[in-house]
Formats: sequence, structure tokens, C-alpha cells
Amino acid sequence: MFALIDCNNFYVSCERVFQPQFDTKPVVVLSNNDGCVISRSNEAKSLQIPMGAPAFKYRKQFKKNNIKVFSSNYALYGDMSRRVMSILENHSPNVEVYSIDEAFLGFTGFENFNVTKKSYKIKKQIYQWTGIPVSIGLAPTKSLAKIANKIAKKFNHKTSGVYNLDNQEKITKALKWTDIGDVWGIGHRYAKLLKSIGVNNALDFTNLPDQWVKKNMSVLGLRLKKDLSGLPFIKLEEVRSPKKSIATTRSFESILTSPLDIEERISTFAISCAEKLRIQNSSCTSLMVFIRSDPFKKEKRYNNSCIVHLSNASNSNITLSKQAIYGLRKIFKPGVSYKKAGVLALGLTSKESHQLNFFEPNIGIHNSLMKVIDRINYKYGSRQIKLANQDLDRMWKMKQKNLSPKFTTVLEDIIKVK
Amino acid sequence: MIDKKIIFFKPETKNQKSFPLASDGVSAGFPSPADDFKELKISIDQEVVKNESATFYARVDGQSMQGAGLDDGDLLVIDRSQEPENGKIAVCFVDGEFTVKRLKVENDCIYLMPENSKYKALKVTSENQLIIWGIVTYVVKKV
Repeated sequence: MFALIDCNNFYVSCERVFQPQFDTKPVVVLSNNDGCVISRSNEAKSLQIPMGAPAFKYRKQFKKNNIKVFSSNYALYGDMSRRVMSILENHSPNVEVYSIDEAFLGFTGFENFNVTKKSYKIKKQIYQWTGIPVSIGLAPTKSLAKIANKIAKKFNHKTSGVYNLDNQEKITKALKWTDIGDVWGIGHRYAKLLKSIGVNNALDFTNLPDQWVKKNMSVLGLRLKKDLSGLPFIKLEEVRSPKKSIATTRSFESILTSPLDIEERISTFAISCAEKLRIQNSSCTSLMVFIRSDPFKKEKRYNNSCIVHLSNASNSNITLSKQAIYGLRKIFKPGVSYKKAGVLALGLTSKESHQLNFFEPNIGIHNSLMKVIDRINYKYGSRQIKLANQDLDRMWKMKQKNLSPKFTTVLEDIIKVK
Repeated sequence: MIDKKIIFFKPETKNQKSFPLASDGVSAGFPSPADDFKELKISIDQEVVKNESATFYARVDGQSMQGAGLDDGDLLVIDRSQEPENGKIAVCFVDGEFTVKRLKVENDCIYLMPENSKYKALKVTSENQLIIWGIVTYVVKKV
């Protein structure tokens, strides 16, 4: 038995906890750099604001409909997420934190309890303790719990936010209701393939012959099929393996054309990747660098990327910055209006499984320096120590016009009460 | 030909003894007589935060709760897991702003009671939007 707990409109809900005046108003939260809509209140959803809507295209509509707009406040969301997850850990020894706002609970051994009732209790407790509303789906397998959760959320007035797929009849009905494209783990390529052979919903999918699924969708597809049929084939992953790739990508605040400006950005992104690598104690063996022109302008479109292989796995600011700029110079094309760029660290290796290079004696030469830089940046605020190829005037501050205070993580920002 | 076998010797692992780690390093001088009496550090956090996931902080703005010892600028520890009850001090959201008052629960309404004669009690009926946001459990003040 599994439960999927999903926070409703999580980022919006976090903002509302500390600004309850927006409890009944339409609210949206924008992505990094105020790019596009990444979380919507139900009121904003009924005003037809789509997920991913580019903010600049919808400014007028936000204003006209009195929609409250927030920049994303990840310090707040991260802290609220941590609270929700730690409450869940009191309720089951088996918790898989699936994303910032979702977790699977294993309810093995709870079969003789009324898990629906228990779930209502969990929901109520999370709401009282943190102010975050959640929906809970219960089912014999993880992929079915996903569907149950969707039903709980969609028919909130009927289910009060908890739905249990506890018999075959309900499961069959739910599978039939679920569009194949909405099934957990079915990407749009598979959805297209399946629809082309007349598989429109999850029930049709479970009725396909095993052999066809295995042949066309690999063993993973078959596992999903079995899981949807009610046999728990997808296991709970309680210990998350370290990330397999790390990336820092951003849209620029304004259009950039000068190679020096873009090199500055790429260097900063590479250093941000290096910092993330050091946090999880790994290094990367190659970097991918990409640049992209403004997708909303038709003339002179240009996208390109390249991969740079490092002679040795590294997580040094200096090495990654140098190599990323080397990559950028290979793909940079003058005369283009650039709007977005990014650096991805690939081929991550942990310290223990480091492959040494016979001809390179200077492995880890920057390790102690990086430790000192990390310590200084931790103590005196982020990025006090920079490389000379980075902008020292911080003109690249993220665009966060509507950022709310860090209510739970910075003492100066806590709420005031009269 | 000399027939020599290589013999591997393994360390004895059956009777492992574990030794305490002297994390402070070992010096040849006289050991500190206080080492045996080491205790954990005193933690204010541990004292005032009973339920970490449900604990939030707020700053007092104004003197409406002076009588209860809540002065302007004091730091409040709020535990949202505590049930609101008559007589408890609560952070509430009412009429568009946060306020801290003592709860007085009647049959048909709730009063938000200030503890300063210059302020009036606020009667909350079903017409007001009232959120009892959390219960105040500690006040941290500078003297």
C-alpha cells in the first residue's frame, strides 16, 4: 500500500501562509528571473492562466484581473518543504521525497488500519502545523497512487482531498478516466505512439500484450504496465542517489550580444555548477555549454551547444570556468541577440571512484583553495569571492521584482504582529 | 627448484577491541580533569522549540500586549501544533493584518483581548475573517 502526498499549488500556498490576505485572490508565482508562471492558485487557473505562461505576455492580463504576482522565493519554499517532509516521517518509516512538493509513503504493515482515516489525519496535521494544504492518493502501487492523488485533487469537494483506490472497480474506473499522456512516466513521445495504435487511456495501456510493451517501450514500460495493473513493480526509493547531472541555466534580464558579457555569464554558471558539485561531494568529467537567441524574436534565430571533456574529473571553480569559456568560444556566433545560456555538468563521479590520469600530476590542485572559498562565501554571504572573469559589480542580480520576505529563514524577515 | 609457498598472514580480527576516539587529540601533559564531566552545550533552541516543523517566529510591533510582557520589538516563538484555547496568547490574522492577542472564547464569538488599557478588545463574529495562525509559547526579549 502506497500513499502519494502532494502539496496543492505549493509555491502559491507557501506565499499565502504568510500573506493570508491573498487566500481567496488569484495568485501566480514566476520562475527564476520572473520568466514564466510556475505555480497558480485555483483562482488563477480558472482565469485561464496556463502553466508556463511567459510573464511579459501576460502582464496586462495579470493587471486586468488583479492577479497577485510573486517572484520565486526558494529559501521559503525549501524551508516549508522540509517541514512537510519531516511531518510525514512521523507517520511512516518509509518515505520517498519525490520532489520539493511530493512524497511517497510506504504503508506496508498498515493494512489492518483504516489508512483513509489516517490520511485525513495527516492532511489535517500538515495544514495546522505548516499552513500547507495537501492532497493524498492511496493505492496498491506507486503509479496508481499518482492517479488516486490526481482524483483527490480534481474532485476536492467530493473527496475532501483524500482518495483511496481500494478496490478493483475503482481502479478500473480511474484507469479509464486517465488520459494516456497524463500517466506518470509516459512522455509525450510514447503518448503519441500509443495513441497512434488506439491506446487513449491508462486502462487501454494495461490491456496491451506484455510483449508489445516490452518491445516498443523497453523493460521500463513493462514495469509501468504491471504497476498500473495493481502489482507493485515500482519500488520506494528511500535513499536518493546523488544527482546524475547538475545544471545552471538562466534567461538573461536583457538581450546580450557582446562575447565578453556572455563569457561572464557562462563563467558564473560554471562556477555555480562547481559549487553544487562540491556540496554533493562529486566532480564532473565533462561540461555542456549552450546558448540560445530570443525565442520570441523571429529574425536570426540561433541555438547551439557543445560538450567539453575534461582531462580529469574536477569541481574547481577555476577549471570549470576555463573549460566552459573554451566551449563557449567554439559555438559563439557574433551578431545574434542572446537571451539564454546554460552550463551542465555531466559524467559525475564521486570522490571514491575517481579515475586518475597518469599524465596529469595536478589532480585536485585547487581543492584546498575551493574549501577556503566555500568557507568565506558561507560566512560572508554567497559569492563574495569571485574569479576576475566574473562581473564584480553584481549587475547580474536575478530579476525578482515581486520577491516576498524570507519569512522562515532570515530573522529580519519574520512576520510583524501588532 | 625450490618449492616455496607464499604464506599470507592476516591480522587477527576475532577479538576486536574498540577504543574511544580522543577527538581532542592526545597530548603528553596532564589530562584535563574536566573531560569526564563533559555535558552537551546549553541550547536555547532546545528549550523553546518543542516541535521544530510547526515552529515559526514573529516580531512584536506595538504595545498592545504590554501587560502580558510582550513589548515592542520582542521576538515571539509560535507553535502552530498547539490547539487554540481560551486564555492562550495567539497570533491571529484578522481584517487583513497579523495581530497578537489573548483568546477569550465565548459561546457565540471569540474576543481578541489586548493587555493594555489603551487598546480595545476586538469581538470576532462569523462575519469577520479570522485565522488563528499559531499559539505563542515563548517571548525572547532584550533587557
